[in-house]
Amino acid sequence: MKSNRTIAVLAALAASAGAHAAGKTNVMSATEDLAAIAREIGGDQITVDSIAKGYQDPHFVEPKPSFILKLQKADLLLVVGLQLEIGWLPPLITQSRNGKIQPGGLGYMDMSQYCQILEIPQGQVTRAMGDVHPLGNPHYWLDPDNGRRIAKALADKFSSMQPASAAAFAARYADFDKRLTEAEKGWQAKMAPYKGRKVVTYHRSWPNFCERFGLNVVEYVEPKPGIPPTPNHTLDVINLMKREGVRLILVEPYFDLRAPNKIAQDVGGQVLVLMPSVGGVKEITNYFQLFDYDINLLVNTFQKYQ
Amino acid sequence: MRFSGLMRAVGLMPAVWFAGSLVAQDNTELLNRMKAMEDRIKALEAEVQTLKGQQAAAAPVAPAPVAPPPAPVPQVSQEMAAPQQLGGAGGAAAKALNPDISVIGDFLGAVGNPANRYTPSLEMHESEVGFQEIIDPYARADFFISFGERGVEVEEGYLTFTSLPAGLQVKVGKMRAAFGKVNAMHNHVLPWTDRPLVNQNLVGGEDGIDDAGLSLSRLLPAPKGFFLEGTAQLYRGDSDGVYAARKRTDVSTVEHLRLYRDLNESTNLDLGGSFSRGKSPFADAWNQLYGFDATLHWKPLRRAVYRSFIARSEVIWARTAVSPAVANPFAPGVPRSIITPFGYYVSADYQFRRRWFIGARFDRSQRGACQPTFPSTTTPCNLPFTSLVQDTGGSLLVTYWPSEFSQIRGQLRRTRYGDSSTTNELLFQFIFSMGAHGAHPF
Repeated sequence: MKSNRTIAVLAALAASAGAHAAGKTNVMSATEDLAAIAREIGGDQITVDSIAKGYQDPHFVEPKPSFILKLQKADLLLVVGLQLEIGWLPPLITQSRNGKIQPGGLGYMDMSQYCQILEIPQGQVTRAMGDVHPLGNPHYWLDPDNGRRIAKALADKFSSMQPASAAAFAARYADFDKRLTEAEKGWQAKMAPYKGRKVVTYHRSWPNFCERFGLNVVEYVEPKPGIPPTPNHTLDVINLMKREGVRLILVEPYFDLRAPNKIAQDVGGQVLVLMPSVGGVKEITNYFQLFDYDINLLVNTFQKYQ
Repeated sequence: MRFSGLMRAVGLMPAVWFAGSLVAQDNTELLNRMKAMEDRIKALEAEVQTLKGQQAAAAPVAPAPVAPPPAPVPQVSQEMAAPQQLGGAGGAAAKALNPDISVIGDFLGAVGNPANRYTPSLEMHESEVGFQEIIDPYARADFFISFGERGVEVEEGYLTFTSLPAGLQVKVGKMRAAFGKVNAMHNHVLPWTDRPLVNQNLVGGEDGIDDAGLSLSRLLPAPKGFFLEGTAQLYRGDSDGVYAARKRTDVSTVEHLRLYRDLNESTNLDLGGSFSRGKSPFADAWNQLYGFDATLHWKPLRRAVYRSFIARSEVIWARTAVSPAVANPFAPGVPRSIITPFGYYVSADYQFRRRWFIGARFDRSQRGACQPTFPSTTTPCNLPFTSLVQDTGGSLLVTYWPSEFSQIRGQLRRTRYGDSSTTNELLFQFIFSMGAHGAHPF
């Protein structure tokens, strides 16, 4: 009986040692997109978890104490940066009591440093512009080229943290790069007939996606970033869409559909709930499926309006 | 003389011939060398053209990365090849090390009868200036300076060591103590325009337990899915209306245990137990506080921007030493007694639109009948000094957020004070924020 208890305690201790005992790098990411790319490159040599879910607004995540427990054990923290997480991540990092992942630490990676960033404000920036990101638009992972850059940066980082597995990480990156290049060809081919199509989006979540796949965003449902739709602005959007023959409104899954539906009804168009993140719906479980889902949805809708 | 001159000329001839042959040999070598160099230049030019061609062909396939890796190892050859950047960064770059600076304004208005506790009809209640920055790889600092109509004070100013071993965290400086929930909150994050009666009566009102000291906290082992945090704090022992230190040994302590659990992805429960002890400001003896707090939080992730619900409550008991000589309670021979007032509040807030919240609060708290109140009362104390009286209040609230950076709130408050006076007031508040104010902990 006593020996059984001892074995149970030892088993519990072994289980609690978890990832560290197996020599794996414990990666935490702010969003599921970064986690998905990390999973591609790290394979079974890392453990990955994310804070924000793919179906929630990454600007507004509650800094719950349960996240502190996860961050406390992290070897590496991946953040989107550009102040996307400014409202919730800093207190979690401070309270994590984990020196490795403090800003500037070896385990803190701001992935925006490796990516092409759009909509960097020029000139004076004020809150009169709404909830602008003064460092640039943080939704950059929606460009596969940036996904590739993130993957490369992660391969290098994982290699520096686990030099013995550097070859494996390099091979996984090469495989990811190859598959992404192939997939991109398919996505570009599907979207090619609709290049230049005008759309309206709810929030400024899609500049990288639209630039990569040739969509033309003519207006936003929000009058300014972070400011809910107003009747006057909604009317302006309706008039513009009628004038320019725009039929499609792209909305993130966490925004209220009443204003977009009203606009779509008035212009005889359609609201399309696109997923900005991995995990937005159950069938999007990796970075490739995110683009598959969104592009298939777009193409099917465009075909209706031929 | 002529002969000798001729002989001298003949004698010189071999030397001239030898010198001439040497010059001819040098010229040949020079020509050979120039020819070799010419060939080498042609070969190099061809090589450069080849490389240029290869680079042009490779460019569309592999675009140059937008941002370099964070810590590249400089290569000498690359440095030589790349154009050198002369001079350092501009003067503005030094500002990158300035702290994050923010200002939060809290404008408060009141309409109605305040009974015997006067507060202004309109006031710039507080202007909180925040300075927050990382100090070094081991610590960060947060300063919050409060400008009120009655003066300026450092509301909080502390250093947090973020990289200590064994899961420890240490704070040093002036802090709002970790006693319950409301005591640790700044005015602008309160869900009301005021603080509950129990905090006004037993925990020092708006300032609360806010003192210079040390704080040590640690995450404690807990069953899976539970967050358990223990905090122990040591303060000088000076907090208006709660503790008064007359000598160095009159320090106060605060202990707090926090248990948190996610019930599901949208709902969580946060429980806390607090204890605090320090020298009473009303008699030469100790004052002790016991507290329990509970918060139920619901926010559906898919609609987090539009819907949320928070129910919270705090229960506080005090064991306070009091004396009849309010003016000089520490004089030798002054009798003292112990009073044990008790109080609580229950509050709920519901967000029903992106910008709109409604809320309600019920308050009940005892207090020493002859102890100072927050705000101070003009009613004289005609009761025995050990008497307790009970205040009861209720509030209804509406809050509107024009944006994330401003807030307008109305609070209809009815309070029946223990001295039998009853007030009905409408409080209204404007809160506005500028600059980079760091997020507050959950």
